[in-house]
Order: sequence, then C-alpha cells, then structure tokens
Amino acid sequence: MLEVSLTGSLQDSADGLASISIDARTIRELLRKIVERYPRMQGRVDEGVAVSINGEIFRDNWGEEIPEGAEIYLLPRIRGG
Amino acid sequence: MAHDPSYTNQEFKVIGTRPPRPDGLDKVTGRAKFGADAFAPGQLVGLILRSPHPHAQIRKIDTSKAEKLQGVKAVITSADMPDLTNGNRNMLDILENCMARGRALYDGHAVAAVAAIDMPTARKALKLIKVGYEILPHVTDVDEAMKPDAPIVQPYVRTTGVEPKPKKASNVSQVTQFGHGDVEAGFKEADVIIEKSYKTEQTHQGYIEPHACLASVGPDGQGELWVTTQGHFAFREVCAKLLGMEVAKLKVTASEIGGGFGGKTHVWMEPVALALSRKANRPVKLVMSREEVFRSTGPTCSTSVDVKIGAKKDGTITAATATLRYQNGAFPAIWAMLGAMTSYACYNLKNVKTVGYDVLVNRPKVTAYRAPSAPMAAFAVESTIDQVAEAIGMSPIDFRIKNAAKEGTRASYGPKYGPIGIGPTLEAAKNHPHMRARLGKNQGRGMACGFWFNFGGQTCTDLNIGVDGTVTLTVGTVDVGGSRASLSLIAAEELGIAYERVKCNIADTGSLGHNDMTEGSRGTFSSGMATIFAARDVIEVLRERAAKTWEIPVEDVVWEGGQAVAKGKAHGNLTPLTLSDLAAASPNSGGPIAGHNEVVADGAGVSFASHICDIEVDPETGATKVIRYTVIQDAGKAIHPDYVEGQFQGGAVQGIGWALNEEYVYGEDGRLQNPGFLDYRIPVCSDLPYIDTQILEIPNPNHPYGIRGVGETSIVPPLAAIGNAVSNAAGVRMTHVPMSPPRILKAIKSEQAELAAG
Repeated sequence: MLEVSLTGSLQDSADGLASISIDARTIRELLRKIVERYPRMQGRVDEGVAVSINGEIFRDNWGEEIPEGAEIYLLPRIRGG
Repeated sequence: MAHDPSYTNQEFKVIGTRPPRPDGLDKVTGRAKFGADAFAPGQLVGLILRSPHPHAQIRKIDTSKAEKLQGVKAVITSADMPDLTNGNRNMLDILENCMARGRALYDGHAVAAVAAIDMPTARKALKLIKVGYEILPHVTDVDEAMKPDAPIVQPYVRTTGVEPKPKKASNVSQVTQFGHGDVEAGFKEADVIIEKSYKTEQTHQGYIEPHACLASVGPDGQGELWVTTQGHFAFREVCAKLLGMEVAKLKVTASEIGGGFGGKTHVWMEPVALALSRKANRPVKLVMSREEVFRSTGPTCSTSVDVKIGAKKDGTITAATATLRYQNGAFPAIWAMLGAMTSYACYNLKNVKTVGYDVLVNRPKVTAYRAPSAPMAAFAVESTIDQVAEAIGMSPIDFRIKNAAKEGTRASYGPKYGPIGIGPTLEAAKNHPHMRARLGKNQGRGMACGFWFNFGGQTCTDLNIGVDGTVTLTVGTVDVGGSRASLSLIAAEELGIAYERVKCNIADTGSLGHNDMTEGSRGTFSSGMATIFAARDVIEVLRERAAKTWEIPVEDVVWEGGQAVAKGKAHGNLTPLTLSDLAAASPNSGGPIAGHNEVVADGAGVSFASHICDIEVDPETGATKVIRYTVIQDAGKAIHPDYVEGQFQGGAVQGIGWALNEEYVYGEDGRLQNPGFLDYRIPVCSDLPYIDTQILEIPNPNHPYGIRGVGETSIVPPLAAIGNAVSNAAGVRMTHVPMSPPRILKAIKSEQAELAAG
C-alpha cells in the first residue's frame, strides 16, 4: 500500500485530502485507481499531473514502476519557458 | 531496442569541446530563414485589428466595407473561428485569446483580421472595419483585482482550492498551498523574525524576432504553416484542434528562431493566419509589429508577495512563509502555483508554508518566461534572507550555506531531493574571487540563489548514415540556444567520428514523430538522450553489416574509434572497416543504415544557481551601473561549454533588465503606455559588464552523460542578487522591481526623511 501525498490544488479534487492510501505498482495503475476513487480527479489528470517517486519527478512515463514503500507525491504538471 | 538512461561516467573525446555552431555562418551572414523570411506564390498580407480598450463588450462588428475593398481577399471575426473545443475550457480560452468572442479582455485583444494583396490595402481594410464597443470597467493591478468590488474579468471563473466552494465569480482563479511542519511553532522558536512585502512589475521576454508565420490551407483540408516557434508539433496540435483540421494534414515547419524564452511556446496569431488562408484560399503571411508583440502576446506576471522568515541566532531558519499574488492576464493559469512551489526550494526548512493566488486582470494572457514565476518569488525570499542574516549578524553567504537544501532534504513543494547542487554552487560562490574583490564608493555587493525544476518529455530522433559516411541527425526539438551543436557532438561522440561529419536538422512535423516543445530546459537533455540511443542502434546495424562483409559472427565485431573491428585470433588479418567503408558498401549489405529512437525522457533533475553582483548607485539621480556579475550553476555535464555559458549569461542579462529597467506601464485608461523598445528598455551591450560564469558538473543520475537542463535557472537569482546589491549600495532596502532610477531615488529620499525625523 502506498501513501500518496497530494499537493497544491490537487487536494481540491480528492475531497480536500492531503494524502490517500492506494495499492499500485505503476504510475498508470496509481492514476487509474485515484480517478476511480475520486472521479473529479479525471479532469486534473487530463490537464496533466506529475508523480514524484522517491524525489524523482515523472511527467509522462506512466509505465514507471513504483517500488514498495516509495514516497509518492502527486504534483500539478509544471510548465517551463 | 531498450536503452538504459542511467549515468555511466563514460570517458569523452569530443564532449566538452567548443566547435563552431552549424547555424552560425547562416545567422551572421543573413542567410538564415526566420519566421518572416518565407514566401509562397500568391501570398497575401494578413493584419489584425485589435481592441483599444482594456475591457469592452463588442456590440457589433461591421466588416462589409472592408470586404468590398478591392484587393481584400478575406475578412474574419470570431464567427469564422467557431468553438470546436467540445467543452475543453482551456482550449476555448486559447481560441478566445486568438480572437475575442463578444468581449475584448485587454488592450490589444484581436477582434478581426484581414488578408489582402498588399500591406497598404490590408491597412486600409482594417480602418474600414467598424466595431461597436460598450466600454466596461477594467482592472490591471493584481492587488486591486483581488478586492471584492473589482470588475470581474472572466464571469465563468470560480476560485478553486478554497472551502466552501464559491458560488460567485472571482478574479482569483485558484489558491494553492505547499509546505510542511508547523510554521506558527517555528516562529515561536525564532530569535529574529523579518516580515516584508514586495512587488515586481510585468516584463516581456523581449525576443528580437517578432512573431511571424506563413499559413496555407487548401479546400482539400490540407495545410502548411511556417512559423517561428519553440514547439511546432504542439502548434500543429493546437491549431488543428481549434480549426477542425486533421493533425496529419497540417504540416508545420519551425523557422530559425530569433529568441523565445517561453514566449513562443504558445499560439497567438497562427490560428488566425490559417483561418484567413482557409477563407481566402491563398497563402497568408502574418508578421506582428513590435507594438503588437508587447500588447498582444504573453509577458510574465506582475506580482505582489509577502514573506516572513524567522531564525535563531545560530543561523538556523525556524520557519518561513510566503503569500504570492501573481496576475495571469485575462485567462486562468498556474503562475502563482509555480511561485509557491519554487519560493523556498533552495532551503532545508523544518517549517514552511507558501500560498499562491492566481489572479485575473485586464492584461494580455501571461505565458512562460524562462523558469516561469520563480524569479519573482526568489526576489522576495532572497531579499528577506539577506535581511535576516544581517539581523543575526551572519554573512549572507554563510547563512545560505547553513540552511541550504541537500540530498534527502524535503523540498518545500513536497518530495525529498536526490543529489542536488545548491550547496556546491554556494560554496563556489563563497570561494570565488569576486566575493573578495574591493568595492568602490557608492557600490554594493549582493548575492542570491535560485531553483528551477527542469523537465524532459516526449522526444523522437532519427540518425541516418549517408553513402559517404557522413551523418544526418534529425531531431524535433527546436534549437533555441545551440542544441544542434550539442546534439552533433553527442552523435559524434557515440559514433567515434569527427563533429564536422554530423549535420543536425530540425524536422518538420511531417517527417518525425511527436516532440514536445523546447521548454523546461529540455532540448539538449531529452534530444541528447534520444540521440545517444539512436546512435547506439546505428552501431548495432554497423556491426551487423561488418559481420556480413567479413562473413563472421556479429558477436566477434566491436565498434571502436569510429570503425568496426574484428576481435579474436581467427580474425587478426581483417582490416577494420570505417563508417565510410560500411556506408559505401551499404547498398549490397542490406540497404540504408539508420537508427531511430523515441523516448519519454523523464528524470531531468532539478537545477540550482548562485549569482554574485556588484552595483554602483548614483545617490543624486538613482541611476545604477552593473560593475561585475558572476553566475555559478550546475550543468550536470556541459556538452558544449560555450552554449552552457551563453545560457548562463543570457539569463543573467535578461534578469538585469528585469531588475533595473523593464516594466509594462499601464495608464489609468488600461492601455499599455510603452509598447516599444524606446520606452521599454532592455539592456544592450554598453549597459553590461562581461558576465563571468562558472560551470559546476554534478552528474544527473538519470541521463547517460549526466546532463541537466541549463536554459532557465540563470534568470531566477538576478532580481534578488541585484536587489541586495542595490540595497547595500544605496543604504535602503529596495522592495519594488524594477529598481529604476526614480524608484531608487524615492527610496533614498524616504529613508533620509525618516532618519531626519528621528
């Protein structure tokens, strides 16, 4: 079971929760299960999110495997110049 | 073939050298083709009519006289650009920004456009379009826009991130919060607390090349767009979606780019040019004037920020907060959120809280500007850091070193850091000769550090071997800062050949798979990774071809020093085959030799920089002069050091302009007062000293060569470093950017008056 911390305005789409427990082995599974539990999160995933696994930020590679007990943060997708 | 992106500490032969850039000669001789340099048979001139009002209901647009003018081939309004966005509000906002839909939302907002046979006819046609406006109340200041009685910019916007959910429209589009620990408890532990408010004014990226494109759409639904952009694949997708075209039928070619810095990550008039072309059934060239660039494209935010930092006398920061109000222009975005994420990213804090307010005003839609949002947050935080250091009697550099983030630190935006470079940049700053140089009369020294995320993204690259053994490298990331040179070096390194034998091209959207934009400092990081992998694929093909030629097992062939070598006693008499040998034999050994790679290049690694600067202030006039400036930044690995240094210097120079001169000035009427380079002054060479640089190389573990992005972080510290230097020189704390002579003079006189009053 992973403890997923939600940052910024993402909490708004998950009933205001700062963290949620999810059982997932990849980023794809993580996002699918979050949306199943909090359907309003679908819009945020469509807009773009990033997932931090043990401090490393992944924006696009949803196939990335999540190690057991990893520290997970769901972040808004950032933009650059 | 699967490739491992992990860093391997490979020994290099050509990486780190400084050969001439392949586009250099074209650029200095005028042969390079920029956005306005394309021509097509029968092309028309496009012009856009823009609102002179900051906020107005558009009651009526009468285009009949313009349409009847001889030589006019098309006139369009929002009616010619219907909403095809299927409920996607973000896309509808982009469409509405390209062409007003019932309301003009800022001075310069497009309301109609014409295509005519020549410029005089197009100008005349614009004058013949009659627009009936009902002027509405407007607001251009971020703090004013947050007041309860402020005119509402977007009635559909309800603030997100607050409870209870608002039912009324607001100019605050979202509130975002980051942090950890207990800041109230942390402030109780502090011996010193400094609390201060800051403002920064709106600036433009100031790229020298205005937006320009040549659009052509036929009645068969196929189209082409030649455009100056940081991301032609993204432009293709957005334009196709807005105009109801199929993506594959719109070919977009990126011209050479005369600067972008984030401002060319967004479409502004390209969909308008395509819509004009479709209506006229002729190619349409649309080139913005400088005034249009200022009034109608995407500058960065103006901001208003409150910072509070508490520390113990031993120099430990016990708590830190920031409240950041960023204006987004007339459309919702995430700029305050980015400010809230980056504010304290340089520091190891037990208790930290940042809150960002994204605010709508009647100004142009804000877009990215090099590490977007971070410089303004850094100005507020790093200015306060200096004041706390002074209050506890510690040097600013030692105070920063004591509190710097390191591997394992929980970033203020959430996750824990891996290996990072803030500590080494600060130590390098402390040991730099600049720190020990003597200051003259009326001179002050300042320093600051800065952070940016960096990212990678979708990337696709081809590498083809010509029959003479030369190499064509085809990438889809627009070259904004010398990446063709860096990527050619990478291909040469992998293949073991000379840099001069590689030619790197930027492909059009019809020639390569999708590539994300060149933003987020990703060009060399991500296309570099794809180039390494494509080259390694080519080497596998070359080994196979050599094995076929020699009629030996491929396992007995290795690639060494740019040639295939047969290993083992049985093959001792075989002369190595060079790339040229194998290329010449390719028609009979299996055909063309090519490598390809598509990759999602995640793991870009965060980036840090520390800057030092000396400023002289004339106490009589408030005029400033930059005496000396030093940039120290972690590049992971500098592939072509010239262009790494160029990015460091460019960011610093743009930051100097932002800190000291540049500013959007709006009148009471909500109109931009200074849309030109005479009244909006960017720094030129004679304003600047040589910008000294020091490259640190702390390898990124997620890239085979250890590369980190370098294009953005260098603009984060300058506002604060200069703010601290000016404050030290003038003897008064500067809290408002730009620190123009009138503002400095006013601050000096206020301080003198306060002292005189006792």
